[in-house]
Amino acid sequence: MDPVILSRWQFAMTTIYHFFFVPVTLGLALFLALLETKYVISGEEIYKKMTKFWGKIFLINFAIGIVTGIVQEFHFGLNWSEYSRFMGDIFGAPLAIEGLMAFFLESTFIGVWIFGWDKLSKKAHLAAAWMVALGSSLSSFWILVANSFMQNPVGYVIRNGRAEMADFGALLGNPNVWYQFPHVLTSGVAVGGFIIMGFSAWHLLKNKPENNKFFKISFKWAASVALVGSILVGFIGHYQGQFLAVSQPMKVAAMEGHWHTEQPASFSVIGIIDEENHENPYEIKIPAALSFLLFDDFSSEFKGLVELEAEEVAKYGPGDYIPPVTLSYWSSRTMIGSGMLMILLAGLAVWWSWKDELEEKTLFLKIMLPSALLPTLAITAGWLIAETGRWPWIVHGLQKIEDGISPTITAGNVIFSMVTFLVLYTVLGFIGIKLMIKYGISDPSAAEGQGE
Amino acid sequence: MDLNILWFILLTVLFSGFFFLEGFDYGVGILLPFVAKEDNERRAIINTIGPVWDANEVWMILAGGAMFAAFPHMYATLFSGFYVALVIMLSGLIIRGVAFEFRSKRDDPAWRSRWDMAIFIGSLVPALLWGITVANLMRGVDIAADFNYYGGLLPLLNPYALFGGLVFVSLFIMHGASFLGIKLVGELKDRVKKLAGKIWVVSVVLTVAFLIWTYLATDILNNPGFDGLIPALLAAVALLAYGWFLRQGKEGLTFVSGGLVIILATVMVFTGLFPRLMISTLNSANTLTIYNASSSPYTLKIISIVAAIFLPIILVYQSWTYWIFRNRISTDSSDLHY
Repeated sequence: MDPVILSRWQFAMTTIYHFFFVPVTLGLALFLALLETKYVISGEEIYKKMTKFWGKIFLINFAIGIVTGIVQEFHFGLNWSEYSRFMGDIFGAPLAIEGLMAFFLESTFIGVWIFGWDKLSKKAHLAAAWMVALGSSLSSFWILVANSFMQNPVGYVIRNGRAEMADFGALLGNPNVWYQFPHVLTSGVAVGGFIIMGFSAWHLLKNKPENNKFFKISFKWAASVALVGSILVGFIGHYQGQFLAVSQPMKVAAMEGHWHTEQPASFSVIGIIDEENHENPYEIKIPAALSFLLFDDFSSEFKGLVELEAEEVAKYGPGDYIPPVTLSYWSSRTMIGSGMLMILLAGLAVWWSWKDELEEKTLFLKIMLPSALLPTLAITAGWLIAETGRWPWIVHGLQKIEDGISPTITAGNVIFSMVTFLVLYTVLGFIGIKLMIKYGISDPSAAEGQGE
Repeated sequence: MDLNILWFILLTVLFSGFFFLEGFDYGVGILLPFVAKEDNERRAIINTIGPVWDANEVWMILAGGAMFAAFPHMYATLFSGFYVALVIMLSGLIIRGVAFEFRSKRDDPAWRSRWDMAIFIGSLVPALLWGITVANLMRGVDIAADFNYYGGLLPLLNPYALFGGLVFVSLFIMHGASFLGIKLVGELKDRVKKLAGKIWVVSVVLTVAFLIWTYLATDILNNPGFDGLIPALLAAVALLAYGWFLRQGKEGLTFVSGGLVIILATVMVFTGLFPRLMISTLNSANTLTIYNASSSPYTLKIISIVAAIFLPIILVYQSWTYWIFRNRISTDSSDLHY
């Protein structure tokens, strides 16, 4: 077995898994800070109770996010040492800055938040909540600065046999960052909202009178947050797609299953991809719609995968430059489909919770239970597009994936680490989710019990 | 002084901070099954580090990130070369991290004792492996001309490195015991202090033997130009002071002495290495230094500015949390969150 393929699988699995929890942290940190702000301003105990109740789920999620994040900090050195040598001058800095600006903030104030309820003034404790939210948002910003360089390298020179940073400002101003970061942040906001709605729906279906007020308020807040998040993530995603059509056309062509150059380009709504023969034997197409989506007009040309590959071959030499199209195509449909469904569901949720008709809408509440996972599905699909769409590059145009691997590791090493992480992550995920459900469906009016 | 030297010093600071702070966290985790008899005692012990362990761990993360940013070749050589050891260490840290959060989430004794075991293993394994890693850095490893270490795990488990691992473990336990000494009360604290006396004796014996071995097997204590002899002697004095203050019942000073042992020992390692980062035992031309392994002057300048702004801020707010949570922890369960 090839250590490169194994390492790719390991990196993909550990990163995707890590990113199940990260958006939840992003979204819930913000949600809790808002709830606690309401508590501090209004002085109403119910908001404190809500902060603490949802805080338990947040903390379980946070713990898994943290420990799986440690692996990522060292992962580039572990499996991708040649990448680290070639790119470290640029890539290391945002990681170190993430530690300085974000991790300390997050990790210090999470301790203050958990243990400080009785030790701090209300306002100081609230400040800790906001510091955690700020820390997690800053963390995603810096890691996306690093990731954006891999997608759209800017501000560098090739010198001394490696890529060296030439302009830190350009790294920060990388347009890719300014599409990707708001996209990730707002997706987190949506995730937080949908998870709270899911658990609240469960309680509202149980219909315990003493808890209804608690979960109706929670649901209403979560619905508002989820609607804002879902709409924004969709809009930003649209503009991000337009940007990618220019910066990484291959990625966009793969996600749209667009094999051949067309002018105007039609949009494949749904179809079957034949990667072997570079065609889609069955599909439903809307003429000129892809041109409109990507370029705001009905006449622009959009190059197909085959033509784009020919350009890459001319530029970089022979090789396979077409990303996994089937995966990208279906991920894109999953992401966009889930996103639209999220807007619809969040819209209905806001409507009915403001009209105070939630309890009657039992079917809707039932739908909201599994929908808690909808944003996570969309996010995972989105990352699959973003990262597999880089194929065959580890850094677009600069270094190919197989050139980034650690030459020192054997297939046996990677199998060992992959099995280790797989077993640990599976067990932790299972236990963590069970605990989140346990606390999510626990009764907030019951006496506060064993630990927190 | 150039920025390469500055980042060597910062790396020393980060590792000193990491070993000082996580040192007592690991020590507390290792002591957990030996000093606590009942559940509320175990909870008290875990809650002494409850509010702070996560931020302490960030010192390690930042040490890794700083290494990546300032000395990318060291980051690449060390973590790809020590692959299996690092994977095992990360596994330990994973189970330890979630164990703190999970263990008191259920009332079931079997559940709790399983997570206590996770805390124990997740503290012992990283302590041991960091010791083995640092000892190998002091001794040098077979780094090839392409800066890679191809030897795999087994050569890293040489007797000197394994002994270094034991020294780390014993010093961390000692440090953890004195931390519990300033955080606990009553009978539980007395039990810890009794144990601290024993582990102190073990630490003294191991440390003295390790220093002699280091003198014979490495050039850390007699590296031409710079050597680690002075910090090594100061560390030895601090180690003796630990025993003295423990005897006198001066808990705060005992803790400070133990902390100094760890910081001075870290300083000893880095001064002895300077200006090298990873010694090649194959050919001195393959040795990674702060010049041939570093980032470009421009990158070093950028991260220096960021570090100059944020490190002081971090020190202020992190110290503030120790002030907030300065109270001792009793076994009265209303005090406990984990």
